[in-house]
Amino acid sequence: MKLRIQKQVMSEIFRHAMADFPDECCGFLYGTEEGGRLIHDVRRAPNARQGDKRRRFTIDPADYLQAETFARDNGVSLLGIYHSHPLHPAIASEHDLKQAMPYFSYVIVSVFEDRVEELRSFRLHDSGQHFEEEWVQS
Amino acid sequence: MATFLIPTPLRKFAGNQSSVTVSAERMDQAIHTLVAQHPDLGRHLLDPERNIRSFVRIYVGDTDFRELQGEQTPLADHSVVSIIPAIAGGCECNLP
Repeated sequence: MKLRIQKQVMSEIFRHAMADFPDECCGFLYGTEEGGRLIHDVRRAPNARQGDKRRRFTIDPADYLQAETFARDNGVSLLGIYHSHPLHPAIASEHDLKQAMPYFSYVIVSVFEDRVEELRSFRLHDSGQHFEEEWVQS
Repeated sequence: MATFLIPTPLRKFAGNQSSVTVSAERMDQAIHTLVAQHPDLGRHLLDPERNIRSFVRIYVGDTDFRELQGEQTPLADHSVVSIIPAIAGGCECNLP
């Protein structure tokens, strides 16, 4: 599977990950499916996790509802979620797998205090039992 | 006929529709009618005991149905019901 992410989207995800460090950041990915999945827009979401946000993120249901409304109103598709792993590799975790929804691209960035180390993306396999990595292009 | 808004990741289990109309007077009836129409939605919305999964949020308008009358929440013809998947996760490592 291939996932194209426009450069300005990637830059915005990196800025968000750095700004929220050492907490995890999260947000929504928008784009199109024509000719392969392309992410061309991004919107930040507050990390609504109660308590320590350095190793977990949660998106508030009201924010999710707004994200779907934004997609509907603007004629774009909500194609995924991004979040950061501060001081940790960009590998989907068991926590990520337990909460994962089908269809969505889950973009993860590994972030340190002074840099973003890597960006990878995963999609839940149809079995729901594991992720498949997407080949990310910008 | 209440209108159910289907979230993007579940649309492929609802005939690729973004909304589905359901004829029911209460939330529990509506959910089971929806699942009867689109059986593949069942495992995402209902637990093995056929109750609405605890991590699935369902809003009537802007309010979580659990803050209304739960599964007994009445629905009207103009009701707009949003199914909201839980979005959460995080990395595996222990804190330093």
